[in-house]
Parts: sequence; structure tokens; C-alpha cells
Amino acid sequence: MHFPLLTVLIFLPLLGALLLLLLPGKSEAAASSARVVGLAVSGVSFLLAVGMWFGFQPSLAGFQFQDRADWVPGFGISYHVGLDGISLLFVVLTTLVTPLALLAATRAITTRVRDYVIAVLALETTLLGLFSSLDFVLFYVFYEATLIPGSLMVGIWGGPKRVHASIKFFLFTFGGSLFMLLALLAMWHVAGTTDIPTLLHTRFAPALQSWMFLGLVLAFGVKLPIFPLHAWLPDAYTEAPSSATAMLSGVLSKAGAYGLLRFAIGILPDAAHRYAPVMIALGIVAVIYAAIIALSQTDMKRLVAYSSFSHMGLVLVGLFTLNATGIDGALFVMLSHGIIIAALFSALSMLSDRAGTREIAGFGGAASRMPAFASLLMLFTMANIGLPGTGSFVGELLVMIGAIKVGFWVALLSGMAMILGAVYMLVLYRHVAFEAASGLVAAMRDLDVRERLVLVPLAVITLWMGVYPSSFTRVFDPVIGQLAHSFDLSAQSAAAVSAGSRTLS
Amino acid sequence: MLSLGLLFGTAVFAPLLGAIIAGLFGRVIGDAASRIVTIALMVLASVCAVAALATGLDSGSQAIAVPVSTWVQAGGFHASWQLRFDTLSASMVTMVTVISTLIHLYSVGYMAHEKTPVSRFFAYLSLFSFAMLMLVSSDNLIQLFFGWEGVGLASYLLIGYWFDRPSANAAAVKAFVVNRVADLFFMVGIALVFLQFGTVAYDNIFALVPAHASSVYHLFGSDLRAYEVIGVLLFIGAAGKSAQLFLHTWLPDAMEGPTPVSALIHAATMVTAGVFLMARMSPLLEYAPVAKDVVLFIGATTCFFAATVGLVQPDIKRTIAYSTCSQLGYMFMAAGCGVYQAAMFHLTTHACFKALLFLSAGSVIHALHGEQDMFRMGGLWRKLPVTYAAVWAGALALGGIPPFAGWWSKDAIIDGAFVAGGLGLYGWVLGVAVAFLTALYSWRMLFLVFHGRPRVPELADHAHESPFVMTLPLVILGIAAVVAGWLLYPYYVGERQAAYWNGAIFNGAENHVLANLDQLPALITLVPTIAAFLGLGAAVVFYVLKPELPGRLAASMRPLYLFLLNKWYFDELYDLIFVRPYRALARVLWHGADEGIVDGSATGLARLTAGGSAQIVRIQTGSIAVYAFTMLIGLLALCSVFLFFG
Repeated sequence: MHFPLLTVLIFLPLLGALLLLLLPGKSEAAASSARVVGLAVSGVSFLLAVGMWFGFQPSLAGFQFQDRADWVPGFGISYHVGLDGISLLFVVLTTLVTPLALLAATRAITTRVRDYVIAVLALETTLLGLFSSLDFVLFYVFYEATLIPGSLMVGIWGGPKRVHASIKFFLFTFGGSLFMLLALLAMWHVAGTTDIPTLLHTRFAPALQSWMFLGLVLAFGVKLPIFPLHAWLPDAYTEAPSSATAMLSGVLSKAGAYGLLRFAIGILPDAAHRYAPVMIALGIVAVIYAAIIALSQTDMKRLVAYSSFSHMGLVLVGLFTLNATGIDGALFVMLSHGIIIAALFSALSMLSDRAGTREIAGFGGAASRMPAFASLLMLFTMANIGLPGTGSFVGELLVMIGAIKVGFWVALLSGMAMILGAVYMLVLYRHVAFEAASGLVAAMRDLDVRERLVLVPLAVITLWMGVYPSSFTRVFDPVIGQLAHSFDLSAQSAAAVSAGSRTLS
Repeated sequence: MLSLGLLFGTAVFAPLLGAIIAGLFGRVIGDAASRIVTIALMVLASVCAVAALATGLDSGSQAIAVPVSTWVQAGGFHASWQLRFDTLSASMVTMVTVISTLIHLYSVGYMAHEKTPVSRFFAYLSLFSFAMLMLVSSDNLIQLFFGWEGVGLASYLLIGYWFDRPSANAAAVKAFVVNRVADLFFMVGIALVFLQFGTVAYDNIFALVPAHASSVYHLFGSDLRAYEVIGVLLFIGAAGKSAQLFLHTWLPDAMEGPTPVSALIHAATMVTAGVFLMARMSPLLEYAPVAKDVVLFIGATTCFFAATVGLVQPDIKRTIAYSTCSQLGYMFMAAGCGVYQAAMFHLTTHACFKALLFLSAGSVIHALHGEQDMFRMGGLWRKLPVTYAAVWAGALALGGIPPFAGWWSKDAIIDGAFVAGGLGLYGWVLGVAVAFLTALYSWRMLFLVFHGRPRVPELADHAHESPFVMTLPLVILGIAAVVAGWLLYPYYVGERQAAYWNGAIFNGAENHVLANLDQLPALITLVPTIAAFLGLGAAVVFYVLKPELPGRLAASMRPLYLFLLNKWYFDELYDLIFVRPYRALARVLWHGADEGIVDGSATGLARLTAGGSAQIVRIQTGSIAVYAFTMLIGLLALCSVFLFFG
């Protein structure tokens, strides 16, 4: 029996949360010790995850760090976790964003601090669990469980419209998940198990695949989101405290894309192939639609929320190009976007918390008062625009290469993000950091040490991903290569069949 | 070869080091140290660049790759960090480092009176230089794009350097966005190159070009030749960066930046990146005749358009900016005719004399404490003798008066257009007309600024010559503007060009334009020179002998004058068809579609599922129990179904 490293990683944050429950409630000392415990636990998780990243061997096929225990053996359900090249980096991303979110929350969250730390740690466990699950039921449980800490963070510590936002977030995700449940049941009914490695090798009947695919798209499409299932997003991202938004947009939204890749594409290749054009079209619509709307936003967090939506459209396009370059690109966009969007939300909240308002119009001239902040915000702005040298360029480049294999217009239209993204981000930056110093920023101090500790690591990672992306792509490129290869084969066989039928007729 | 690689690498990366030191630690080490560090590293880069060029020409070998690191490597796509040393990249690197060094030096004086620390300015200048060097020394299209966007970023930062000015901000955003429009097409072009050849590395592409020449790409419902599509897409990218027609509107506005920036970025280096791209991709373009015709047509038209606008602008910097736009048109015209060598020649001489003119303009503006309107100047030649001499050198070179630099390179282009024939003749006619216009607006500027009586005496009284650190670059560039033409002619387009370029620029088997340049009748080759002298003469008449004449002309042809003064109304047109509709669309989509339909129907659905709004209110208590309970329902449903089927 080997040491269950992955299981320990998954439940370590939950253990920390339980520990905090024992802590007495409300005093100032309790708050700071809760922060310390939270940072320590999530920090250790991060180190563990990085260790697994180093220990991971990309060349080996299949899942690594597997742990398995019977759960409901009669129904083919087990506790089964493990990582492959796709999930590993999301685990690392989760463990990276969590401590930074806790750090960023130090000043912003002042009420019920202990409970907030508990919610963050609980969310981390559910996220880690969902990315490592190798059993669909287990996945479903973790997926649903993210909702509890997620919507609580929005509903308790959020802005003025938090309750409305929280309810909407909850109902949307929950409603979507019901369709996942149906797909899950159908899969289990046919395959007799919910073990994901087994499901990956099960070929479902094409007609059935279509229904399952629809269910999964509705479920994950809410989370990603896919147009027009995004109505919860602007409210939730805007109303949530920024450290929570960083986790929601940075990591949780990736759960939707991860689900699409793992289940909708991995398990249902025929349906994915069949509906790829529709999905690509929806992705392009999101890219352009959200980018246009972002320009007219007056609330800076809302602007970034729409920007996030736009980027997820690009992920969708990349995934459903169904070739290795495009899917690699989508994965890379997910990772780099996770870093950048977390950084943007954190950075902007550092500014809005000082001013007490998120209205873009009131700012201006921050660059003269807060040079360090302005420089970092410039870096993240450019990263969000996809400037070469930052991580998002690598992802967008690969998506574009993947898209051109599908068609010229797919590449050109999904590339519109290059232009429209520059428009809204530069307008935002101009109004926030440039122009003559407004009264609002006159008395502002530059970033303190703790804030720098949040933003500088994210900045370094952004540049690292842009300059030497091989550290990341080498992890998932082999497994994506295999996945795409199977699509090429099925496309070839389909072509052969149709050619054969043509000769016959 | 290691030493050559090391020299070349140092030339490219030294400015990056300077940018990092001045950018990250500028506030700690102070302005003086930032200046010294960046300038010292630029000098080092220039020395290494010159040494590398000399070594490379000596050894006579073709392209040498200097590997740095792997970069993007995923899903069958591969691009690495790798420098490419050949005559094309080495001569660009030399030109960029030398001019950039001079402009760093000049900036010490020009930015001396700033109230805020200028370490940021020097960091940006060095960052720009690094990006530009990466652009020209790249070994593949993706790394070129890295430099391409890097110079765009630096340009944005430097145009908006005085970020408390709204106009500077607007100009910076405009420059970035217009370039992004072009870059999207460029990106798609690169993607198509990859689709076609399975690689983005130059050597691999060029090796495959002849074999794939007949491949087609299905677009707009018909089969187009793939190379034509790629060529046009790459050209759109180039046209954005080089401010060619329809994508030129950002360049005049970019004059909001400090003048050294205009000299470095918007005259000598960045805006020529598009021309460089055409020369770099010559092995592919030579197989795309239609794309070449597009390049030729847009280039020649831009050349004419910008010259007419430059004729009437009152702002000294905008006059030179339109002149740059026009001269870039010449270079594209040359590329379109297949004489990339002449394009590179004009690029190099133009870099010298246009940087000179901008720096001289900066010296004038500096002397007049920020005044840029030429109609508020006049009679300054006594006050600014060095600057005056420099502008003379620049005007002689720009105006195409023999034997100054511009005469050599511009005539080579105009002659090339005639030899090329076909659409080239369109280029020749416009080229000759522009030779006249160029001389006219050059001396219009010179006479307005330096001759006659001071129009605003109190401004002129306080004028003083710039400090040595600013006049030294003027003198060096002035000498270059005089001698660069005949010095470089033999190597760039003359008898030694084949040995000099050594395969770095490709001319198709059918393309004999360069070889036939000498066979042109003497009368034809004299035409542009005559036009230039006529332009000079006209300027003397209009602005020295009969200074009242221009005003009367403008009054009698007011519609034409306004048309030119308002730059053919491009900005107004774009505002009307792009900017306003886009903003309106953004508002409509937000309030109408997203808040109205998407959000509205979602809320409606939520009410429905929750069974009335009262229910929502109850759930809004935010208690864990309710959420947990709701989730449990899901699990319950799951279990019951299992049991049912099991």
C-alpha cells in the first residue's frame, strides 16, 4: 500500500477548516490565527502540489498518483482519484490561487474572518477533489459541493447586491448540474460503472451520445459559461469579495471547461465531433459579444467579469477544434487566464478598496501616486490583451493555429478578441491609471508588502508562462496528443466509411 | 562562429538589461544612474552590432542561427527563441542600435526639464530598442511577432508618456488599437503559413516555397492561390505598423509623444518594420504577383496621399509625420516592384535623415518651449545655427537633391518602378509627382521656421541653441544624411549588392528589375531629380519671394485646401463608421440584450423554478442549511435512481 499522497492533498484543506471550527469565534486574535492557519494549510498544499508536478512523468500513459477505495461496489462506484497531464496543472493552479486569495482577503474581509477562511479552505478541497476525481459520482459530489462555500462567499461577504447574486449563482449552477446528473445516470446505466478510466474506453451509441452531450453541455456550460447561460456571471463576479472572485473566475470557471474536455469530448467523441461546429459558433459569439459589452461597463469588476466571459469563449473554440494544437491552446488559455484574471481582480480591488468605489469614472491618475501598482496593473492588462511574452499569448496563438485548421473564418472571428480586448482593457487602464490625478487617488499610498506578495508571484508566473511555456505544455501535450489522435483516426474512418458508401451506391 | 553569435546576442539583449535596470530600479538608483546605464548598454549594443556585421561580411557565410531557448512547443506547433544572423538582420540591427544610441543621448538634453523622474522614459526607450532588435533578428515569424507587439507596447507607452494629457492618452490607445486590427490579419496570415508549410521558421518556409507554389486556399467561395492570401494578410499587418493607407490614422496622432520618441519609433525604426517584413518574406512574396501588386498600389497611393496632406499642415511634427508616411509609401512601392534592396536602401537612408529632421524639430520645439506651430515661428536661423544646418542637410536628403542620401535611394525606387512596368508605371507617375511635393513641403518647413521675420517675436527672442548633448546627434546624423547615399549605394543596390545581401533577399527568376536598373535611359532617370529641383524652386517662390501667394491659393481653392488640411477626412469617416457605432452597439448589447433578454429570462426562469418570488426571498436568508438541503435533494435523486435501476 503506497502513501495516499493525492488524497492527503485533497483533504488537507478540509482538515484545516475543521480545525478552525474548533477555534473560538469572534475575537481579533481568533481572526488572525484563522488567517495564519489558512495560509499555512494552503501553503503546504501548494508545496505538495508542486512536488507532484515535479514527480509527474508526462511520458507515462494513464493516470498517476492513483488512490482507490470501494465506496458502493455493488453499483460500480468507488472513491477513485488520480491525475493525468490535463488535471495536474489545475490542481497546481488551485493550490496556488487559494493562499494568494487568502492573502488578498486580509484587508478586505474583516467580518467573520474565521468563517471566511473555512469557506475558502472548503472550496479548495472541493476544487482539488473535482479535478482529481476518477469516478463520475465522486466528481459530481465535489462539483456540487463547490456550490456551498462558493455561494456562501458571495452571499455573506459580497457587495450590496450579494444575496441576489448568490442565489442566481446557486440556482444556475445547480440547475445545470441536474442535467449532468441525467447524463451520469445514462452512462452508468449503459456501462455499469462510473469509473472514469473505464468510461473513457466505453463507446456509447451515437444517438445516446448526443443526449448525454447535451446534458453535459448544459451543466458545464453554466459554469464556463457558454453563451447564453452566463446571466449569473456578471452579478456573481462583481458582488463577490475580490478574493472569492479570484477563486471563482480563476479556478471554478475552469471546472466547466475541464468537465467539457474530460467528459463531453473524452467520453463522447462522436457527439463532440458532430456538434463541434455549434460549440465553436457559441464560443465565437461569446468572444465577441462579451468583449463588446465589456467596453460599456462603468464598474471595473464588471468589466473584468465580461472579459473573463470573453476568454472562456476562446477556450470553447479551442476545445472544439478537436485537434491537438487547439486543445493545447485551450488548456493553456485556461491556465494563464486563471492566473491573470485572479491578478486583475485582486489588483483592481486593492484600488477600489482604497477608494470605496468601483466606478471607473472616479479614478484616474493612479499611476502618479502608485507607480508600483500601475506597473503591475499594466503588466496584467497587457497579459489580458494577449501580448507576446505573457502566458495568454501562447494560449491564444495555439488556439488560432488550431482554429485555422478548422477554417479561415473561425480563426479570424475568434481572433477578434485581439482587437476588442485591447479596446476595453486600454480604456479601463487609461481611466484608472492615466490622466491627471483625481482627488480620489490624491491620498492613496502605493502597494504594501502583503499586496505585493499577492501580485508579484502572479506577475512572475505570467511572464514565465509567456517566455518558457514548455514547463507547462510538456505536462499535458502528450495526453492531448493521444486524445486528438483518436479524433483524427475516427475522422479518417468516418471519411473512409463515407467514401466506401459512395463507391457502393 | 561562437564569437559572432555572442556579439550578435549581446547587441540584441544588452538593451533589455538596460530596460530592466532602469525600469525596475530606476527610482532606487536615480535618474542619473538610469541614464548612464541605459546609454552605456546601448553603446555596447552598437559596438557589438557593428563588429558582428563586419565579422559576418568578412566570413561571407549565409544565414547563421544563434539558438537561445525553446519557446512554444505543443500540439505539433513549434517555435523557438533563436536569433538569425544574415545581412538583412545584421544591417537592421546595426542601424537600430546606432540610431537608438544617438536618441538616448539626445533625450538626456531634451528631457532635462521634466518634473517627474525620467528613468521611466529611458527604460521605455531601451525596452523599445530590445523589442525592435528582436523583431529584426528573429528566426521565425512568431518571434518576429513578439518583437512586433513589443514595439507596439513600447510605442503605446511612449506616445502616452505624458499620461496626464488626455490627447496623449487618446493617441496612445488609438495607435495600439489600429495596430491590433492589422495584427489580427497578420496573425491569421502566420497561422496560414503554418497550415501551408507546417512550420513558422524562415529557413523551412523558404525551402518549401517553390514546391507548394501552386497550392490553393478556399476562401470567399472560390479557390485562391494560397501565397496570394498569405501575402495580402502579411501586408495588412505590415501596413498597420508602417502606417499605410487606411491604417495610417494613428501615426500623425502619435506625435503627442516626446519628440525623441517620434524620431526613434515613428520615423527611423518601428514604422519601417513593415518594409522589413516585406524584404524578409521576399522568397514567398516573389511567388505572389497579385499580393505584390496590392503592395505596390497601396504603397504608391499612400506615398501621394501623405505628401499632399503634409503640404498644408501647420504643425511641424505632423508635417514630418506625414512625410514619413509618404516615404514609407515609396518603400512599399519598391517592395511591390520586387526591388526589396532599394526598399531597404531607402529605409536605411531615410532612418538617418528623418531621425535628423525630427531631432531638429525637437531642438526647435525645445528652444521655443513647446511651440509646434510653424506659423508662429520664423527667422530662427541666427538663434539656432546648428539646428538650421541640420535641417538643411535633412531637407536636401529628404527632398532628393543630388548627391544627398535621399536622392540615391529614392531615385532607385522611382527608376525601379519604371523598369518594373505594368502597375509600376502608376507608381512611377505618383513617385515623380511626390518627388516634387516632397521638395516643396521640405523647404516650406525650412523657410517657415528659419527664414523671414519672427512671427511671434517674444517666442523667438528667448530661443537658444540646444545643449551639446542634443546637437552632437544632430551633427552625426547630418553627416550621415550627406554621405550615406553614395557610401551605401554600391552595397545595397549597386554592383556589390549580390555579394552584400548574400541571399538574404530573394528575387524571383523572372524578376530582373534590379539588374536592369542601369539600362534605363538617362532622361528617365533625370525626371525625379528635375521634379525635386522644381519643388525646391516652388518653395522659394511661395515662401521666400512671394509669401502671400500660399494664402491666396488656399483661399481660391478652399474646398481642396480643407480636404488636405483635414487629411482627406479619414478620422471623421472612421469615427462615423467604426467608433460611434461600436460604442452604441456596446450600450445596446449591454442594456438591451444582456440585461434585458439573457438576464431577464434567467430571472424569470429562476422565479418559475423556485415557485414564486416569495420562495426566493426565503432562500435569500443565506443559511448553510438551505444550500446543503438543496444539494442533498440532488444526491437523494441520484441514490434513488441507482436503487431503482440496480
